[in-house]
Amino acid sequence: MRHRIAIGGPFALLLLLCSFALAAYAGVRLLADDWSRVALWIVGAAVLHDLVLLPLYAAADRVIVGGLGTRTMYVRVPAALSGLLLLVWFPLISGMTAARYRSATGLSPDGFLARWLLITAALFAGSALLLVVRVRRARKRRPPADH
Amino acid sequence: MRDDPRLPFSPRFWRSPLRGPWFTSVLGLVLLVGITVLFVTGLVSYAAYNPDLSPVNDKTPDKGVLGFYLFAWPTSPHWLYRLTQGLHVTLGITLIPVLLAKLWSVVPRLFALPPARSLTHALERLSLVLLVGGGLFEFVTGVLNVQLDYVFPGSFYVLHFYGAWVFFAAFVAHALLKTPTALRNLRRSREERNDLVSPAPAEPTVSRRGALWFVGGGSLLLFSTTVGQSFDWLRRTALLAPHGGADPGTGPNGFQINKTAAYAGIDPAETSEDAWRLVITGRTGTVRLSRAQLDELPSHSAALPIACVEGWSTSDQWWRGVRLRDLAALVGYDGDPPDLFVESLQRHGAFRRAALRANQVADPRSLLALYVNGEELSPDHGHPARIIVPAAPGVLNTKWVARLTFGDL
Repeated sequence: MRHRIAIGGPFALLLLLCSFALAAYAGVRLLADDWSRVALWIVGAAVLHDLVLLPLYAAADRVIVGGLGTRTMYVRVPAALSGLLLLVWFPLISGMTAARYRSATGLSPDGFLARWLLITAALFAGSALLLVVRVRRARKRRPPADH
Repeated sequence: MRDDPRLPFSPRFWRSPLRGPWFTSVLGLVLLVGITVLFVTGLVSYAAYNPDLSPVNDKTPDKGVLGFYLFAWPTSPHWLYRLTQGLHVTLGITLIPVLLAKLWSVVPRLFALPPARSLTHALERLSLVLLVGGGLFEFVTGVLNVQLDYVFPGSFYVLHFYGAWVFFAAFVAHALLKTPTALRNLRRSREERNDLVSPAPAEPTVSRRGALWFVGGGSLLLFSTTVGQSFDWLRRTALLAPHGGADPGTGPNGFQINKTAAYAGIDPAETSEDAWRLVITGRTGTVRLSRAQLDELPSHSAALPIACVEGWSTSDQWWRGVRLRDLAALVGYDGDPPDLFVESLQRHGAFRRAALRANQVADPRSLLALYVNGEELSPDHGHPARIIVPAAPGVLNTKWVARLTFGDL
């Protein structure tokens, strides 16, 4: 008996072949100037995200969950939001484009780090306040047992 | 390998109780709408440059059929580019948490074994390299470009435009294959089980709805610290956006600048009253005008914004100067203004030369501006004269104009 290769659904197959043809049409143009570096950026973006960034933040999250249990969200939310801002605005916050930024826009590049730190402080402070308020409210509702 | 829970190839390695068809479907449908808007506004921005008008406007001359939809960019409403490009950049930044959460929700599938069940399945997984890699590439190049961090391998226009088509090809296939399932997952009240649901879930620390609020909160935070860079009166709230916070100086010229005179390499000696002459060429020959002579021509005003490809914009500024169609009339185009080729004193920069289409030249609000908000243009805003055209992308509003050539391009 001969082994047959499983093909799968014909609609999905046609759709994917069409998609690859269009991607190749644009891809030839995308890779025309510096194909190795552009390809490295595209594959690298996926690899860096899936195999570095995601495992790193998942591991950090696991540490928080392990240490805090049910109170996890009070730390997880402000930490993640602060990290998100840092991830998106890293070039400005780190100052790595400061010279070009100042010279091109006429604006000061100095405030970004300070503003990010203040937002981070506000996020953690807000979360702490919320935690205190909720803990107190829960205590009031459940008066301590008699000793 | 599949049975060892210490390895990601085992379903038991993935323990989050959040993962499942409902969570992934909600995020997927948000991205379906959001990325479609990003793609369309991106194509619109490409059309706004009028790339088919002249090679100087076109950074991707090899586009082939990818420019099939190009059209003459209109001048009304005058806030059109401000809206479409503000939407493109602000929405793109806002969607980043949704994209990250979506990728997190499906990451177990990256390690799923066997690698392929059929030829179609193998192709689908290969297509995901273009979907994930291409999508991240688009977001990363966009986010870096608006921060002037030009570390990507080539011209932003080329990479972001062709990259968008590679990504979109994979995105359409993915959307057509998955959207019916996603809609079915949302309609179903009882959770179906699929490969994303952990067989050995950990104790939940947040509900699925709570996790969605978490993602939405991230989007809201990015949105609320970015959107202000599209409005002068909200600018101070854009705490981390590149054109948020302060304006560069005070007074009539104290609004946002894309490239300062120093950055563009403008020598003050060239723009002085004695040295600077505007050279206008057309059907009947060449005219040279000093700044004082320009002041004697009929002057008009228009309230128009500066709207940059980087997604920021200013509110309407009050410009005053000579209509482009009046300048065309000086060189033989009375009543039928043609296309216009504009050259700047700028030494370098991708758009030191730019082309405007006849419909843009003919608009009565299209000016060679000499004044803004009642005062002479500052060097950084293009002194002695700059172009301002309604609805045109910022870089086509050439500053430090040296030469205007009227005629069909």
